[in-house]
Amino acid sequence: MRRALWLLAGWAVAAAATPVVDYPPVRPGVAVALPADAGAHPDFRTEWWYVTGWLAGPDGGPLGFQVTFFRTRATLRRDNPSAFASDQVLIAHVAVSDPARGRLWHDQRVARAGFGLADAAMGRTDVHLRDWSLSTRDGRLQARIAAEDFGLTLTLEPRQAPLYNGRDGYSQKGPAAGSASYYYSLPGLAVHGQVRRGAQVLAVTGSAWLDHEWSSSPLDEASVGWDWVGLNLDDGGALMAFRIRDREGHVRWAGGTWRAADGRVQVLAPAEVAFTAGRRWRSPRTGIGYPVQWHLAAGPLSLTLTPLMDDQESDSRQSTGAVYWEGAIEAQADGRRFGRGYLELTGYGDRLKFR
Amino acid sequence: MRPVGSAAPSLAVFGAQLRDRPLRLFVSIAAIAVGIALAAAVYLINESALAEFGRATRELSGTADLAVRGTKAGFDESLYPQLATRAGVRVASPVLAREAALVGGGTLSIEGVDPLVAAQLRPELYGDLAGRYVTLLEPDALVLSAAAARELQLAQGGTLALRVGVGERTLRVVAVLPEGATTRRVGLMDIASLQWLTGSLGRLTRIDLRLAPGVDASRYAASLVLPAGVDAMTPALEQTRAANLTRAYRVNLDMLALVALLTGAFLVYATQALAVMRRRRQLALLRALGVRRIELRLAVLLEGAAVGAAGGLAGTVLGWLIARLVLSLQGADLGAGLLQVQTTQVATPPFALAAFIATGVVVAVAGAWLPARRAAEVAPARALKAGDDDAPARVHERVALALGLLLSGAALAFVPPVRGLPLGGYASIAALLAGGVLLVPAFVAATLAHLPSPRAPLAALVLARLRLSIGQSAVSLGAIVVSFSLMVAMAIMVHSFRDSFERWLGAVLPADLYLRVTPGADTFELTPAEATLLAAVPGVARLELRRTLQLSLARDLPPVVLIARPLEAGAGNLPIIARATVLEPTLPVAYVSEALHDLYGVPLGGSVELPVAGRKVRFAVAGIWRDYARSTGSVIVDLASWEQLSGERRNTEASVWLGARATAQSVGEAISARLHAGDALQVIESGALKDRALAAFDRAFAITYALEAVAVGIGLLSVVLAFAVQALARRAEFGMLRHLGLRRAQVLAMLAGEGAFMGAVGVAYGLLLGLVLSLVLVYVVNRQSFHWTLDYVVPLGQLLAVALTLVAAAALTAGLAGRVATSGSVVRAVREDW
Repeated sequence: MRRALWLLAGWAVAAAATPVVDYPPVRPGVAVALPADAGAHPDFRTEWWYVTGWLAGPDGGPLGFQVTFFRTRATLRRDNPSAFASDQVLIAHVAVSDPARGRLWHDQRVARAGFGLADAAMGRTDVHLRDWSLSTRDGRLQARIAAEDFGLTLTLEPRQAPLYNGRDGYSQKGPAAGSASYYYSLPGLAVHGQVRRGAQVLAVTGSAWLDHEWSSSPLDEASVGWDWVGLNLDDGGALMAFRIRDREGHVRWAGGTWRAADGRVQVLAPAEVAFTAGRRWRSPRTGIGYPVQWHLAAGPLSLTLTPLMDDQESDSRQSTGAVYWEGAIEAQADGRRFGRGYLELTGYGDRLKFR
Repeated sequence: MRPVGSAAPSLAVFGAQLRDRPLRLFVSIAAIAVGIALAAAVYLINESALAEFGRATRELSGTADLAVRGTKAGFDESLYPQLATRAGVRVASPVLAREAALVGGGTLSIEGVDPLVAAQLRPELYGDLAGRYVTLLEPDALVLSAAAARELQLAQGGTLALRVGVGERTLRVVAVLPEGATTRRVGLMDIASLQWLTGSLGRLTRIDLRLAPGVDASRYAASLVLPAGVDAMTPALEQTRAANLTRAYRVNLDMLALVALLTGAFLVYATQALAVMRRRRQLALLRALGVRRIELRLAVLLEGAAVGAAGGLAGTVLGWLIARLVLSLQGADLGAGLLQVQTTQVATPPFALAAFIATGVVVAVAGAWLPARRAAEVAPARALKAGDDDAPARVHERVALALGLLLSGAALAFVPPVRGLPLGGYASIAALLAGGVLLVPAFVAATLAHLPSPRAPLAALVLARLRLSIGQSAVSLGAIVVSFSLMVAMAIMVHSFRDSFERWLGAVLPADLYLRVTPGADTFELTPAEATLLAAVPGVARLELRRTLQLSLARDLPPVVLIARPLEAGAGNLPIIARATVLEPTLPVAYVSEALHDLYGVPLGGSVELPVAGRKVRFAVAGIWRDYARSTGSVIVDLASWEQLSGERRNTEASVWLGARATAQSVGEAISARLHAGDALQVIESGALKDRALAAFDRAFAITYALEAVAVGIGLLSVVLAFAVQALARRAEFGMLRHLGLRRAQVLAMLAGEGAFMGAVGVAYGLLLGLVLSLVLVYVVNRQSFHWTLDYVVPLGQLLAVALTLVAAAALTAGLAGRVATSGSVVRAVREDW
């Protein structure tokens, strides 16, 4: 959904008659600095904290999950003294992929910051919409989500160093230097906690991946689709790869970051990343066809990506207007399991449009 | 061969009447239909209004389970995060509703919402705005409903200028909602912008709540601890509150419907009674042939029921059509502006419609009851002999019943209201009317007995004839008595009301000029600085400021109005009707209206708790004042105390006394110019204000006047028919009189004399009965429905004029009927009877 949001560049601004704010640009040479940059950057147009991962119960099969908090800044003047007048809009989206039940549990929330009901703190990862939150405590992240018919209470413990994507966190998203974001990931998070499905509460453990990214102008107008994958590799390594497509489906930009098991980091240039679509699955709800099986060449790696289940389509037309596929996938190399992670496919409908 | 025991022969006899007397039946049916139509129209209009009110509420608050509501002034926004984070609350959507004054006149309701939250309660309304939320967040962005856009003649991209304080603000129309989204005339804005624009920072007027599944809304509402003056209401409770708002008005109209129904019932009675009298011989024959009493009785009742069913059906259809016409002409507020909704859809609840038809049947059967009994009691042997009329002995038997009814009517007048409705009063009127009508024969008999026998042969003939036919005369008289007495009662009540209202206006509008913000608009108020400016306008001798606001004192009752104005010692400047002698000395004083006193049981000399800035403050009730403007209750407090307690220094109205040589017009213009308020501030001369109020009063009672005319008209028509029938039946008698040497003119004069006499007796009796009924209307029904007292005034001249007209009409119609009856050949007329 992250790319979905960016692709909908105008979600926040498209209809604004006269932009009244200048969003700060993303510049090369400005390095992401943790822990200060773990918090919100309210002047930038868009920002997200994005947790994806695999979970398993004591004896149950695997579950995929994603917990996402978005922040976007509306083009509003800031001189209204009303307590409602915040220009910070927060969106949360959560989904659990449950292959045993063949079901995707998902829910979303959207709110304007203020009144202590919704806020994204600066200086540390601490964002909440009422009782949905992603916060930091004792160096660990805690995700608490209580949706209507399911819920998540997860503790995410970093076991690896942060992965700065691009050049020290400056991640280019298009041919122009201005199309870029600040972007770091926390791969290899050890997860334990509880998942509630209906009345049933399940103790779970697993591994997860956090993306934190912010920008004001990530994509140019020609970019209409995006494929992204983040993988925790079984050997302790991590791989992030993405590509951006234009209207004709041609690759407009690509990139990635590979950290080998020994800690060596390789920033992947556009030419070093190649997504090749395999089997397609068509959504019975929206009629959109998504390639759910992939071959991915990223640097020296050559991987096959297989979904945990086919139907991991998300419909968030009520909050962001986007319909996309985002789901748990397994990566294989030479026919053997190589890692697990999440894949996001956007822009496969007849162009994303927000009504 | 059909068995003799069947009711068929008697039915056949009455079926024949349907064919023979279509006009007479038509009048009975019409009378019932008018009553039912009025009742049905009132009911349907109100049901439609309430349905529309409910729909409008739902349309904007969507799937909310509870609405936490303050009054127009609103409450502190800190309640919003408290509720939003409370366990059991799924979505809390804050709303600030403001009535904005438009440049160029008029107002527009604008709801300030957080579109991101509001969309969760009503996604289909905001669906089209998704992706443009941020457009809506811009400070000058306004979304209009289709109805508002149409009326203001605006489209997307247009601009709308509002009057805010003494300035103007221009808003951009960024979207127009689709036609189906809401029928309300309303604008939507970002709540932050509206708070800022209207100077309502920190204020909300409503929070819509959607609760977690399984949470009981009314129980949850009861568990909330809210600031004083703020209530949590389920949609059902909001409906109740709206229904309560129009209740008094509806009851008034229902009362009129009742009048028409009673008249209808009586007409059925008169028709059937005369029919039974005329057919005594046929009935006797039937009895002699073996038809049982019960069968005759059933036959008469069945005929009554048929008339009632026809009248009920026609009335229900007519009522539905009237409701549709009224809704399309003036909207759904019953003409009183109480429910501000617009709809052209008439509610059609099948059970209620069936009930209206059934009411017609019940009323008509009730009217046919006594004639049916009389038909069954016909003694075959006596009735078969010609010329034997009703036995005078019956008269005495009925006097006991009549007196019983009158006594119970008097007792019923003292029954307290049932669920806020003057049911005892209605029952009292019905009983008094029935008793009064039953007493008519005795009254006529007594009058005739006490009249000296005149010397003139013609007059003696009239008297002799009347004395012999008391039964028939009494029935005809009853029609006049019923319609005229009801007319008298209504006229006295309305006249008393108007007279009291006029005097009351003089008491509450003592100044020369009145300043007020555009009614309903709450985006403009007089600040202290503006008040100082006003006082300095040349020609202003004295200025009195006033603030009115709404308070909610009970969850299920409509809000009451608080008026803060300078009170002289003892409040000599108020129309006070009762004063407390002893008061708690430390409390600020309040004067409550009669309605507030009644509805909330506030005791004179006791105390009343009023919400002031979110707190409850006790006020000593120093007096009860008369307030004809607000039937839901009002309270007056001293302006200085109010400002001290609430910390508010803004006013909504001002009264101006002019200096010696100043004219209202020049000072009014100077004030408008000084304040730059344009049309947001209305400057009205006190005379014009009074005229306007009285015109509004007359408009509201126009339907009463119309109905009075209808009631009298129906009464008169029935009298005409009674005369016509009698005249035809008496053709043999006229023929005999002519044989005896009377000229035709003399016969006609005799008939006119009979008519005049009966008319005079009926009208005099009706006047007497009407005076009694008016006491019940003024002191019981009016007091219990509207909670205000009236000074009892009888419009004597008006009543006498109508009375004389009626007597003249009775004489004239009797003469006319005779003309028809005596037009045939004398010989044939005499022969016909043999």
